Amino acid sequence: MNREDGITAQRSTKPYVATTPWLDPKAVPFIQIKGLSKQFDKFKAVDDVDLDIYKGELFTILGGSGCGKSTLLRMLAGFEEPSAGQIIIDGVDMANIPAYDRPINMMFQSYAVFPHMTVEQNVGYGLKKDNRPKAEIATRVKEMLDLVQLGDLATRKPHHLSGGQRQRVALARALIKQPKVLLLDEPLAALDKKLREQTQFELINLQYELGITFVVVTHDQEEAMTLSDRLAVMNAGRFIQTGTPTQVYESPINRFVADFFGTINFFNATVISSDPVAKRLSAELEKTGTKLDANSEAAFAGGTEVTIAVRPEKIIISQQRPEGDHLTITKGTVEDLAYYGNRSLYRIRSQSGRVIQVSAQNYQRSEALTLEWDDEVFLSWDSSCNVVLSE
Amino acid sequence: MNKARQTIKKPYRQPLGDKIWRNFVIGVPYLWLLLFFLAPFAIVLKISFATPIVALPPFTPLLDLSANAGHWLLATWDNYRFLTEDNLYWISYFKSIKIAAISTFICLLIGYPMAYGIARATATTRNILLMLVILPFWTSFLLRVYAWMGLLGKNGIVNSLLVDLGLIDIPLQMLYTDIAVYLGIVYTYIPFMILPLYATLEKMDTSLHDAAADLGAKPWQTFIDVTLPLSKPGIIAGSLLVFIPAIGEYVIPALLGGIDSLMIGRTLYDEFFVNRDWPLAAAVATLLLIIVVIPIMLFQRSQQEKE
Repeated sequence: MNREDGITAQRSTKPYVATTPWLDPKAVPFIQIKGLSKQFDKFKAVDDVDLDIYKGELFTILGGSGCGKSTLLRMLAGFEEPSAGQIIIDGVDMANIPAYDRPINMMFQSYAVFPHMTVEQNVGYGLKKDNRPKAEIATRVKEMLDLVQLGDLATRKPHHLSGGQRQRVALARALIKQPKVLLLDEPLAALDKKLREQTQFELINLQYELGITFVVVTHDQEEAMTLSDRLAVMNAGRFIQTGTPTQVYESPINRFVADFFGTINFFNATVISSDPVAKRLSAELEKTGTKLDANSEAAFAGGTEVTIAVRPEKIIISQQRPEGDHLTITKGTVEDLAYYGNRSLYRIRSQSGRVIQVSAQNYQRSEALTLEWDDEVFLSWDSSCNVVLSE
Repeated sequence: MNKARQTIKKPYRQPLGDKIWRNFVIGVPYLWLLLFFLAPFAIVLKISFATPIVALPPFTPLLDLSANAGHWLLATWDNYRFLTEDNLYWISYFKSIKIAAISTFICLLIGYPMAYGIARATATTRNILLMLVILPFWTSFLLRVYAWMGLLGKNGIVNSLLVDLGLIDIPLQMLYTDIAVYLGIVYTYIPFMILPLYATLEKMDTSLHDAAADLGAKPWQTFIDVTLPLSKPGIIAGSLLVFIPAIGEYVIPALLGGIDSLMIGRTLYDEFFVNRDWPLAAAVATLLLIIVVIPIMLFQRSQQEKE
């Protein structure tokens, strides 16, 4: 066994250093997708997509079903031929390279573990197709199985394994060839909640240790947020927003992203004045006379209708009117509440008749509910939490 | 108190009505098989131990309860002994197995790509293709075999066409040869190969093919490593469905085969209706059943143990 190209050797050198290459104009993207489209009969699954992914990045493509994310992944893997555009991986155009020759491996949503092969045969399959010597295959399979903690199940057949174990087989099988890029199609979707949380941290650690570029496709925004270095929100074959999880969560560029990515409250507001140089905007909230301030680089004419988006956890709920000049304050009554133990979710009917969702940490220990149905409450949030959306 | 306990217990006990109903549903088809398969076979088995006589029925009874005590069982192994002594029977058995095996193999070679093509076709084309596979069943089997006689005969369509095209000068001898028998059997039984193969190939998870390709398998390697082993149940089912009826086939060799195409069905017919030696014919039939059933049973048992 050549230790130099083994997993252990890679693990100790840690080639991946957490950086932000996408901010560096000189950085060369590892995967370049240029004007990529895929047309099925009359339906455009992927519509002129451009994307740069950097080496060692864990990039997630997030979108609802039918948004084109799986088609995009299948084009990367080489299972679908693009109708237009280019995929370049590590400087090599993938156009005429068939799936079996690409330096890419994939973990399938269904795992696609070969049912007629044992765990070790499954994991060793890729090396066998590369005509590696038998002894080397045996050693590397063993190392890989130890890495995913399946060492003692090597001779089992897949139908004797649990869902989580099958997922590990699929992962080990996809990683053993040390691909330049690992594609993961809904990697956690088939696991139950506890296992999912555990596995997602294992995936992140594994990716960090191996330094392989991961491209994940998922419909689960929580999964996307916890896994990704960066992510792209996809809809109707196009990327709507690309950025780090915090960028996309805290500064969604439109209603679609804001709504898709977590829970959010939308308010109507009428612009009073706007100063793009100072990045300030002031507006009237829901025509109730309540004035609000927000950060905005865009210029709006006075009287323009805009949407203000505020996340439920930014809102503070109180029975006394809070003090502070940088707060946006409104009044309402408790219409519904749900107690989750660690937090409570409130639905508050505001003065203007809108239902506002508020998520509050239960930081005090109390067996009685602090708020009851129909209580009059004040809602307040810092003005910096106001996200101005024009569409 | 007692009453209360009983009412609690009740839901755990299987209701009597359900049990009767279940036994009925299982029982009816088994009764049918018992009456119309096992009972006739027992009669055939009985006859195979009798001695032929010129009478009605043309064999001796198995039990003689009239007089000479100690000698009431009149069973004899003579028929079976005769089978081993006369080469004719071995030749027929061997020829039957050979023709059935080769036909099954040809059916597999032709049927597998067809089944694969159908399974990978779009939903609408798939239904049309399946319909076309089943379509011949809507015409009488005998009629279709006669149609082959019309096609293959000395003055048949194929020969006339070849002569008219100037490819041959004198008509080819196609009818009444082994080739005609193979053609007839493959043509008749190929749907039985295609349908089970289609069933296994159609439900195969295509992501397994993608996974193999993703791991570096070229298309032909994907076929050898994944498609073929996973379609084994279909191959076995299809092969049994072709092989078993083909081995005892009577009509096709009788109509399309030559004088020398001695398949066991033909021999059986001759013993029964030409020689009127019912006991010997019964022995031929019993031995055929043993030759076919025992290997299949052993094979299935080994398959089950593997699982």
